[in-house]
Amino acid sequence: MQTDETVTHACVPDDYDVAYHRPAALMDVNMHYCPGCAHSLVHKLLMEVVDELGIQDQTIGVAPVGCSVFAYEYMDIDMQEAAHGRACAVATAIKRLMPDKFVFTYQGDGDLAAIGIAETLHAINRGENILIVFMNNAVYGMTSGQMAPTTLPGMKTTTSPFGRDTKFYGAPMKIAELVAQLPGSSYVTRQVVNSAHGVRKTKQALLKAFEWQKQNTGTCLIEIIGNCPSNWRMTPLEASRFIDEEMVKAFPVGDIKTPDQPSLEPTPENL
Amino acid sequence: MNVTKLMKGNEALAEAAIRAGCDAYFGYPITPQSEVLEYLAREMPRHNRIVLQAESEVASINMVYGAAGAGFRAMTSSSSPGFSLMQEGISYLAGAELPCLLVNVNRAGPGLGTIQPGQGDYFQATKGGGHGDYRLIVLAPASVQEMADHVFLGFDLADQYRNPVVILSDGAIGQMMEKVTFKPYQKPTVDKSWATTGKPASRKRNAISSLFIQPERMEQHNLKLTEKFNRIRESEVRFEEVNTDDADYLLVAYGLSARIAQKAMDLARAKGLRVGLLRPITLFPFPEKRLRELATQVQGMLTVELNSGQMVEDVRLAVEGRVPLARYGRMGGMIFTPEEIERQLETLFEKAYAN
Amino acid sequence: MKQLEELVVAGFGGQGVLSLGMTLAYAGMIDGKAISWMPSYGPEMRGGTANCITILSDTRISSPIISKFDSAIILNQPSMDKFAERVKPGGLLLYESGNIFKPSTRTDIQLMGIPATTEATRLKNSKIMNMIMLGAYLQLRPVVKTEAVVEALKEVLPEKYHHLLELNREALELGKKLIQELELVG
Repeated sequence: MQTDETVTHACVPDDYDVAYHRPAALMDVNMHYCPGCAHSLVHKLLMEVVDELGIQDQTIGVAPVGCSVFAYEYMDIDMQEAAHGRACAVATAIKRLMPDKFVFTYQGDGDLAAIGIAETLHAINRGENILIVFMNNAVYGMTSGQMAPTTLPGMKTTTSPFGRDTKFYGAPMKIAELVAQLPGSSYVTRQVVNSAHGVRKTKQALLKAFEWQKQNTGTCLIEIIGNCPSNWRMTPLEASRFIDEEMVKAFPVGDIKTPDQPSLEPTPENL
Repeated sequence: MNVTKLMKGNEALAEAAIRAGCDAYFGYPITPQSEVLEYLAREMPRHNRIVLQAESEVASINMVYGAAGAGFRAMTSSSSPGFSLMQEGISYLAGAELPCLLVNVNRAGPGLGTIQPGQGDYFQATKGGGHGDYRLIVLAPASVQEMADHVFLGFDLADQYRNPVVILSDGAIGQMMEKVTFKPYQKPTVDKSWATTGKPASRKRNAISSLFIQPERMEQHNLKLTEKFNRIRESEVRFEEVNTDDADYLLVAYGLSARIAQKAMDLARAKGLRVGLLRPITLFPFPEKRLRELATQVQGMLTVELNSGQMVEDVRLAVEGRVPLARYGRMGGMIFTPEEIERQLETLFEKAYAN
Repeated sequence: MKQLEELVVAGFGGQGVLSLGMTLAYAGMIDGKAISWMPSYGPEMRGGTANCITILSDTRISSPIISKFDSAIILNQPSMDKFAERVKPGGLLLYESGNIFKPSTRTDIQLMGIPATTEATRLKNSKIMNMIMLGAYLQLRPVVKTEAVVEALKEVLPEKYHHLLELNREALELGKKLIQELELVG
């Protein structure tokens, strides 16, 4: 993912059409993310959507504490870096004061599901018209692979060296299903980005969420199953396979709630 | 046009927030300051301002961060235990240099403590409070009028220095009623081109952050903050003096304690003891220079605080041993009477003249 | 008129202790005085009583919290026990005689008891007792004008109770009359 746009452009002869390019709203800098990490891909998708909707000047993002703490270095939009877990509180204030702007938070599982669960649930319960992009990779990435609320049963992390014991630590938190229960949530979906299909679906979800935000339908939450090869101690390919074989079993992919079908209950059939 | 009302300290503060053009208030109920949230919940919507009861003080302070980062005048208020919860957020606000107004209506602690007034949060307010190396501008109102005045001053100083300002009040000043006059106020025009309002093509993106991962850059940021705090020390010291001209002995007290001390001073003067009072209005910056000057004039100083001795350390640093210094305090929500302080003064005078 | 009046009002919660003190404070403000009103807050809160300190002054008020009072309006026995000794010599202790079976025996202060609760029942509104006490107090210590008190009541009483303004005025007058009668007897 760490392409250098200047170099890329220099290689394009004048008579070639550019079929693929870095979104204008994505900064032309090297990212610090590991090879095979989902963050850089989702950053790009987000900024593609901002480009396509033409809302770069109206979008304010809130970065978390975690691997994506530097999101504001990569997205060419106005952003605030929040304290650990508090992105939804920060975003609440921004959106309440500037209701015409598009406001999103970008948070990992430690940030959103552990330390920030109160701010997250209350923002959603108030139906704040914001988008929460929730990156779930089942571990604390930045602090190098500790157990998260979303760590799978039996999964080994640096703080669950014998595998997550659900009798001791409980089962993984299904955030998307949980927040769908709150009346304030409007669009809740879970997506993957380990396949071309998944990437396309995720981008569609992001587009939809911004459209819903324009209509003030309430809080949108997109949970994205992220790959974390470094902390899963896998190659990027193995990590991708792990998502298909393990992660999606615990975290089923699909729309859980949409504003036009608010009564949609999270059942295995509609997942 | 001036408007005069009889109000509780907390209500005067809330009304002042509206008159000072506060765009957003975020808060959580806690005694003895819930009147602020209640008043604003009732009055702010009429002025098309944002008022939100947050799920916790942690959320409140981070909402203030979001609002201040977007360039709005934002504030929160709480009392001691709730204010402790905000400390992480305050550190972030100071680190990101966001202007905002914070109010601590101090009750006695530690822990859950009591809802009665105290001044045990002096250290927390004046020495930073949260993690890292920063200072807050600290205003200490001693009357309902100042509860209102310090809101205007606080917002203006916050904007001027891009730094959080805290009003350190206490339960008694918050709950008591006095006359308060609101004068017409003109909100100064402040450049907030750094705010996250949406990035037009004409400028670079704005990022609000307190993260400087490279130590070199972190140190540069710290140096910049230090320089700012020194400028504040230079320009923003505020205090009040009563009867210091001929004083042999000096009382030093702030907030409610200063009011009680003033009465004690009157009682002492009636007995022929020449006592003066210095009341710091800003606790950071602290009136060090003036105290140092007075140290060469008086026989001794007595600090009175509703704690076990906190401000006395700053007085000691200021006078540098030039003058005998005593302290007197009550704690746990107990309040000294003017007579109690006057007796302390008499004892000190006896000692001073015995030597 | 004296320059400074430091008054404590004390009784049970619900007897209108705080609003009595607050009404006087408002009236003081309307009369152009410096005033402070401090509700029971601090050590006095213990002991099951509600109280407030109202200070009226022609000059700036220093401490809003004091331990000795020029006057006390006492509405129950625990408050009598607590505050009687804290009235300055030569001061006034006005009490509600129906609620107090054992008044202070001090001889160096002016002690006055009136049956304000019984009188309030006669006015068919037991809540008006505090205003009878305030009327009586103002007869003994005319620190503010009665018109100022009537004006103050418009501020203290919520709008929905403004139909009771006339009753409050009656209560104030009744309080004054009770003192006049006592003084004639005494």
